[in-house]
Amino acid sequence: MASRTAFGQWFHQAADSDIWWSFKSSATTVIAAAVTLFIIALAFLAPVIAPHTPFDPGTLSLSDGLKPPVLISPDGDWSFPLGTDDQGRDVLSSIMYGTRLSLIVGFASVVVAMVLGIALGLVSGYFGGTIDAVIMRIADVQLTFPAILVALLIDGMVRGLISSQRHDEIATFVIIGAIGLSFWVQYARTVRGSVLVEKNKEYVQAARVIGLSPVVIMVRHVLPNVTGPVLVIATINLGLAIITEATLSFLGVGLPSTQPSLGTLIRLGNELLQSGEWWITVFPGITLAVLVLAVNLLGDWLRDALNPKLR
Amino acid sequence: MVGEPSRSAQDDSGRIMPSQTDNAPLLEVKRLRVEFPTRRGTLLAVDDVSFEIAAGEVLGVVGESGAGKSLTGHAIIGLLEPPGRVAAGEIRLEGRRIDNLPYEEMRKVRGAQIGAIFQDPLTSLNPLYSVGRQLVETIQTHLHLSAARARTRAVDLLKEVGIPGAEQRIDHYPHQFSGGMRQRVVIALALCAGPKLIVADEPTTALDVSIQAQVIALLKRLCREHRTAVMLVTHDMGVIAETADRVAVMYAGRIVEIGPVREVIKHANHPYTEGLMGSIPSLGHRTERLTQIDGSMPRLTEIPNGCAFNPRCHRRGRRCLVERPDLMPAGGGSAACWLHDAKGVGDAIVGEPANA
Amino acid sequence: MAGEEMPHDCRQMLAFILRRLMQSVAVLLAVGMVSFFLFRYVGDPINAMVGQDTPAVEREALRQKLGLDDPAPVQFVRFIANAAHGEFGLSYRTSEPVNRMILERLPATLELSFCAALFALLVGVPMGVYTGLYPRHWSSRLLQAISLIGISLPTFLIGILLILFFSVILRWLPSFGRGETVTIGWWTTNFLRWKGLEALILPSITLGLFQLTLLMRLVRSEMLEVMRTDYIKFARARGLANRAINFGHALKNTLVPVITVTGLQLGSLIAFALVTETVFAWPGVGQLFIQSVQFSDIPVMAAYLMLIGLFFVIINLAVDLLYFVVDPRLRGQMGTRAGTH
Repeated sequence: MASRTAFGQWFHQAADSDIWWSFKSSATTVIAAAVTLFIIALAFLAPVIAPHTPFDPGTLSLSDGLKPPVLISPDGDWSFPLGTDDQGRDVLSSIMYGTRLSLIVGFASVVVAMVLGIALGLVSGYFGGTIDAVIMRIADVQLTFPAILVALLIDGMVRGLISSQRHDEIATFVIIGAIGLSFWVQYARTVRGSVLVEKNKEYVQAARVIGLSPVVIMVRHVLPNVTGPVLVIATINLGLAIITEATLSFLGVGLPSTQPSLGTLIRLGNELLQSGEWWITVFPGITLAVLVLAVNLLGDWLRDALNPKLR
Repeated sequence: MVGEPSRSAQDDSGRIMPSQTDNAPLLEVKRLRVEFPTRRGTLLAVDDVSFEIAAGEVLGVVGESGAGKSLTGHAIIGLLEPPGRVAAGEIRLEGRRIDNLPYEEMRKVRGAQIGAIFQDPLTSLNPLYSVGRQLVETIQTHLHLSAARARTRAVDLLKEVGIPGAEQRIDHYPHQFSGGMRQRVVIALALCAGPKLIVADEPTTALDVSIQAQVIALLKRLCREHRTAVMLVTHDMGVIAETADRVAVMYAGRIVEIGPVREVIKHANHPYTEGLMGSIPSLGHRTERLTQIDGSMPRLTEIPNGCAFNPRCHRRGRRCLVERPDLMPAGGGSAACWLHDAKGVGDAIVGEPANA
Repeated sequence: MAGEEMPHDCRQMLAFILRRLMQSVAVLLAVGMVSFFLFRYVGDPINAMVGQDTPAVEREALRQKLGLDDPAPVQFVRFIANAAHGEFGLSYRTSEPVNRMILERLPATLELSFCAALFALLVGVPMGVYTGLYPRHWSSRLLQAISLIGISLPTFLIGILLILFFSVILRWLPSFGRGETVTIGWWTTNFLRWKGLEALILPSITLGLFQLTLLMRLVRSEMLEVMRTDYIKFARARGLANRAINFGHALKNTLVPVITVTGLQLGSLIAFALVTETVFAWPGVGQLFIQSVQFSDIPVMAAYLMLIGLFFVIINLAVDLLYFVVDPRLRGQMGTRAGTH
C-alpha cells in the first residue's frame, strides 16, 4: 500500500546516515541533547535522588530558612547547596521536583494538543462540508488570540465553576487541558491540509470502493503521511508549552505552591528578590532557561534534518 | 565590438557559417572542471570540458539531465552556487581570462558582455517591480544614459522582442504577461546592455510547445541582428536542429562529440549521439522502433573507468574500459571515441555489455 | 497572445474590503458569544453581586430586573448591544463600573505596547537583514545564537533578570510602577516626563524582546529564501550592483510578508503585556485581567476579551489592506491574501 511504503520510507530515511550524520556533526545539537537528557533524568529521579523533600511540611524547619548558596557565602551549608527559601525548603530539591512537574505538564499538553488537533484535522478534512466550516471558523477565531490568553481564559472559567480548593487539587489537569486546548489549532490545520491532498488520491478512492470505513482509511493511510509536519510542529510547541505553563504559574494561575513547577518557584522567589535573596528565583530561572533552550535547539535540528529542501 | 564574419562559407540553407580561420574565438573554454565538495567526497560535475564559440555563432549544448551542461553555463557567467566551484581550467572571453576575476570585475562583465537567460520566465522576474523599472535599472547600470533615454531604449527593446503596445505595457508587472511574453521580456533584459554572448539555459522548456517555436525564432533573429553569440543549453534536439550552427553533446560531465549541427545529426560519430538521434521520432521516416539506449547515465559518484559511456556501448572494446578518450577528429567535427583512433577500440569483449 | 487587462483597482479593492469587514464582524460576534457565555453562565452573577444573607425574594427581584430569565438569544443581543456601548456592568471584585476601570488603565498598556513594538521593529528588522545577507559571518552566527536564547527565555524571566541587574544591582532604573505621568483629557502619558520615560525602558525591552527575536529570525529566513530565488540570480546575471540587488530587489521582497507578521505581532503585544505588567506592577489592562482571573471577576474578563478581540480585528484588517497596497500581484486577483494567519 502506498502509505505503508510512505511511512516505511520515511522511517528508513530518518534512520539513514543523513540525519544521524547531521546529528553527530553538530556539536551544539549533541550537547543540547545531552543536557536535555540529563535534566529529564534528574527530574524523573527526583523522588529517589533529591536530598530533601521540600513539599512535605513535616521535614521543614524554619531555622534552615534563607540560607544562601554554598559557594557564595560562608553562611552556606553543603546540605543545601543552592540555598533555601524563607520556609527552609531546599532550593536544589525544589528545582528537581519543579522541573519534573514542568516537564510532565509540558509533554502532556503537547500530547493533548496533538491528539485533539489531529483528530479534528482528520475529521474536518475528510468530511468537509459544514463540519469543516465550523471547525475551521472556531480555529480562526481562536487563532486571533495568543495561546496564553486562551489558556488563561480556560483556567479562569474553571476557577469560576469550581471552588478554589478543589481547583488546587486538580490544578495539574486543568493546566494541561488549558494549554493543550490553546495549541491544537496548528496541528488541525496542517493535518487538514494533508487530508485534503490525500483525499483525492486514487488509493483513498480505491479504499472507499472496497468499503473500508472512513476511520480506518484516515488512520491507516492518511495519518502516516502527516507524521513529518506534525513532528515539526510538536518540537516548536514543546518549548512554548513549557514556557506557557511557567508563565501561568508565575502569574499565580498555574500550578499552586503546594505542587510547584519551575514557574511557581520563580514566583515565590520573586517576592524576595528586592531584599537581596536572589538565589531562590535565579536558580529555578536558569534551569528553566536551559531546559527550554535545549529543547529548542533539538527542535531546530530536527526541523532542519526533516526539511527536504535543505538536504 | 564584434569580429567580422566576412568571407565565411555558406551552407545549403544559406546560413552563414563562421569559418575556423576567422578572428580569435569570442569564448574559449579550456579543460574546465567544476567540483562539488560533499560529505561523501568530491563530485566532479564538469570534467575536462573544452570548446570554443566564435562571434555571432550559436553553439548548442545538448545532453540528458545531470550531464553538466547547465553547470558549464553557470561557470561561464560566474554564477556557480557554492559549494560548487571551478576547480581547474580557463575561461577566456575575447582572450581575457574571466574565470578568476574578482566579484566586482566579473559583475561588470555580466550583462554588458555576457548575458543569461534562464528556464522559468515567471520566477526570473521580480514580481514587485514593473517590467520597465527592471529594464531601465539594467540599462542604467551598464550604459550611462539618463532616465528618460533609458526608458526610451527600454520601450524600443520591448518593441523589438515583439510586445504589442510597448509604451503602455512597459509599466506593467510580470504577472500581467503571459508565459511567452514574459520570456520575451527576459530576452529583452538579457540583451539590453548589448552583450556579445548569451548563455541560454533551457529557455523554452517551461513554455507551451506552440510558444516555444516563436521564442526560439525570436532569439535566433535577434542574435543574428545584434551579432550576439549564443550558448544554447537544452535537452531538446529539435530546438538545436532549428537554431544552432554547431552542437556539443555532453555525457556524464564530458563532451563526447562536437561539430556542425547537420553533420552531427546526420552522421553521428559517437555511439551515444547515435543513440540520441535514433531515439527522436521524426515525421519524415518510418521506423520500426525508436532506438533505446540500455541503462542510464551513471551517477556522478560512480563514473566508470576509461570511457564514461562504455557500459552502455554496443561497440566497445577492451581499450574503452581502461583508457579515457579525449576529443579527436571524426567526420566533420570531433568525438571522444576510440573508434576514430588509428589503434581502434582494442580486443573485443565477450558477453553482453553490462548496463550501468 | 496579449497579456491580461489592467485591473480595475478600485472595484477589486472595494470588494475585498467589504469581504474582510464582514469576516471581522463575524469574528467579533464569535468572540462576543464566548464573552457572553462567560458572563452569563460561568458562576452565578447574582451570587457574586449580593451578599450571603440577602433573602431569596430580593434575589428574585434582581433576577427580573437584570432580565436573567429571558431566553438566551435575547440576553445575547442585549449583551452585544451593551458591549457596543462599552457597558459591561460592575466588577465583581471592586463593584466599580467595568468600562471605567478599563479606560483608566488602557493608556498604560497602549503606550507600553507601542514602545515595545518600536523597539522590536527598529532593532529586529535591521538585525534580520544583516544576518540574512551575511549568514556565514561570525557576527551573524553570534546573533543567531543570541536570538535562540531570546525565544527560549520566557518573558517574565527576562523581566526578572533585567530588574535584578538594572534595578537591584546597578540601581539605574526603577523596577516597578509607571513612574511619572501627565494627564491629557482622559489619557495619561509617560512620554512627557523623563521619569516617565525612564519607567518605560525596562518594561518595553522585556515585552519587546520576544517579538524582536521572532522578527529577526523571520526577516533572516525570508531574506535567505529571497536570495536563493531565480530573479535574484537573474539580477546578478544582468550585472546589477550588490547594493541594488540587496536593498532594491531583495529587501522589498523580504519585507512584504514580514509586514503581515509585524502587524499581527502588535496585536499579540497588547495581549502579552499582561505578563510584563505583572512583573513590573505596571497598571495596565493586562494586570487588571490577571487580577480578574484570580478572583473570577467575570465581567472584567468578558470585557477584556471583547476589547482584545476588537483590537485584533482592527489590526488584522489594517494589515490586510496594507498587504493589498504593497503587493501588485494581489490587485489583479480576487483579493485572496497569499499570507497565512
